[in-house]
Amino acid sequence: MSTDLTHLDVTALQAALADGSASAVEVTQAHLDAIAAADGGLNSYLHVDALTALATAADVDRRRAAGEELGRLAGVPVALKDVVVTQGVPTTSGSRILEGWLPPYDATVAARLKAAGTVLLGKTNMDEFAMGSSTENSAYGPTRNPWDHDRIPGGSSGGSSAAVAGFLAPWSIGTDTGGSIRQPAAVTGLVGHKPTYGSVSRYGLIAFSSSLDQAGPMARTVADAALMHEVIGGHDPRDSTSIDAPAAPFVEAARQGATGDLSGVTVGVVRELGGEGHAEGYEPGVLAAFQAGVDQLRALGAEVREVSCTSFDLALAAYYLIAPSEASSNLSRFDGVRYGLRVGDDGSRDLDEVMAMTRAQGFGAEVKRRIILGTYALSSGYYEAYYGQAQKVRTLIGRDFAAAFADVDVLVSPTSPIVAFPIGQRVGDPLSMYAADLCTLPASLAGLPAISVPCGLSEGLPVGLQVMAPALADDRCYRVAAALEAAQDAARGGTFLGQLAARA
Amino acid sequence: MSTDSSSLSRDDVAHLAQLSRLAVTDEELDLYAGQLGVVLGAVARVQDAPTADVAPTTHAVPLTNVYRPDVVAPSLPREQVLAGAPAAEDDRFRVPRILQEEA
Repeated sequence: MSTDLTHLDVTALQAALADGSASAVEVTQAHLDAIAAADGGLNSYLHVDALTALATAADVDRRRAAGEELGRLAGVPVALKDVVVTQGVPTTSGSRILEGWLPPYDATVAARLKAAGTVLLGKTNMDEFAMGSSTENSAYGPTRNPWDHDRIPGGSSGGSSAAVAGFLAPWSIGTDTGGSIRQPAAVTGLVGHKPTYGSVSRYGLIAFSSSLDQAGPMARTVADAALMHEVIGGHDPRDSTSIDAPAAPFVEAARQGATGDLSGVTVGVVRELGGEGHAEGYEPGVLAAFQAGVDQLRALGAEVREVSCTSFDLALAAYYLIAPSEASSNLSRFDGVRYGLRVGDDGSRDLDEVMAMTRAQGFGAEVKRRIILGTYALSSGYYEAYYGQAQKVRTLIGRDFAAAFADVDVLVSPTSPIVAFPIGQRVGDPLSMYAADLCTLPASLAGLPAISVPCGLSEGLPVGLQVMAPALADDRCYRVAAALEAAQDAARGGTFLGQLAARA
Repeated sequence: MSTDSSSLSRDDVAHLAQLSRLAVTDEELDLYAGQLGVVLGAVARVQDAPTADVAPTTHAVPLTNVYRPDVVAPSLPREQVLAGAPAAEDDRFRVPRILQEEA
């Protein structure tokens, strides 16, 4: 029974909990058993608190038996990326500098999941401060891809992707600055959605690049991702960039999409993201799976046309100036005074020396590189040529999107130009690592919603198709993704991750 | 700093590290100068963009004058906040000395 419970999607888990065929304690125990058995190999969790999880689950069972009103997700386990601050639960953001820190408050995302009755299984591994595309930049060792343990699970939300694809959590929270939800979802065969910037609160997320960071769902089905988004989304007065507007019903959009009718929907295929003349660096197997996905959308009634967004060619350059610049500012809070590590405070050294020694020991190489690059891009005499110019490119990218969405309802591309690569292959070459974000960066820079949904296998490894939509039209992402998912499941005669389960 | 807009010398990196309060070893200086030179060469492409008369975007979704109601709300308890500090004394964060000589 316990193996079965870890293979249910959230919609099925909710049904089992509601009709009494499984208790919350049984569901939680099944996942804790799976973690104990398999996470030694995956390293997807940084922290698991079995006793607290079981106590939370037992409380749900007790309240259900007493006929009390329960939250929408009562008894459903969840895993949170370790960038999400959780009261009294260790939170490191993948860094040594925060090792052992117990936050004094909950992030809004964590608080909303708690209020909905979820059971926190644990905190998942990640690239340090979310800087990376492979989870190899974690201070606590790399996470492995459940499809092939010698390969990366994507990043920076690689612990969240590996835990869900490896059946160690039914779903998880990831965060996405330049692709850190979508790319790990793509390379592990999950659904991952980056919401419209400002539609999910950033309060309590350890900041990397404030004008880009956004939390969102990572799940095994489009419907589950939509459900989690509804629970975590909406205005939060504690985040001054939070959008105060009602959200569209995402679950309903997914349900509508799953009926398989996309007539009246116009889909634009972005030439600059793997199309003619822009296919360098894209694996043929990825492009073939993507093309098959586009053909399926057309077969479902969508009108498909090619769209050109010339400024997207500059997205990588703009992103790797803006994100490091904002990071160099955000990470100045790690000064060894208010929380975390302090090194060299022996009475003989002054504050500056202690700070420099603390940060030298507490930060890893990629974090240091980005702080140095960001400091350069923001420094007097270079600001206009780098940071200022990158912000103007951001405007051009926004204009290209606006022009495209005048003609089409959604834009599609591969989520990542490559499938999961071998661990260690790119660690010494930052630029080749950054190329993994090629397709996800434009929507990040424009603040637009974008989802990754599985569209096939290449060399036995998952490939994702990205659906991008105008700001606050996240429902279009869910609708189109659900249509593709339903068509593929029907053609396959099973779920995408069922293929992985069948191998074990 | 060096005048070539897409390269970083070892001295540049040392200066930037000092501004960023990062103690770096000689080996790190060599490594980062090489790696960051490559990255800088790639990101310098933003300078080729046709941006005359283009305004910068600082946030993707423009918001202005976001206020919250001016009401008193409880702060976190002092002991809870200080519990996470590397050093505390007399209900305050204890900081290493900031002046070179004893007062």
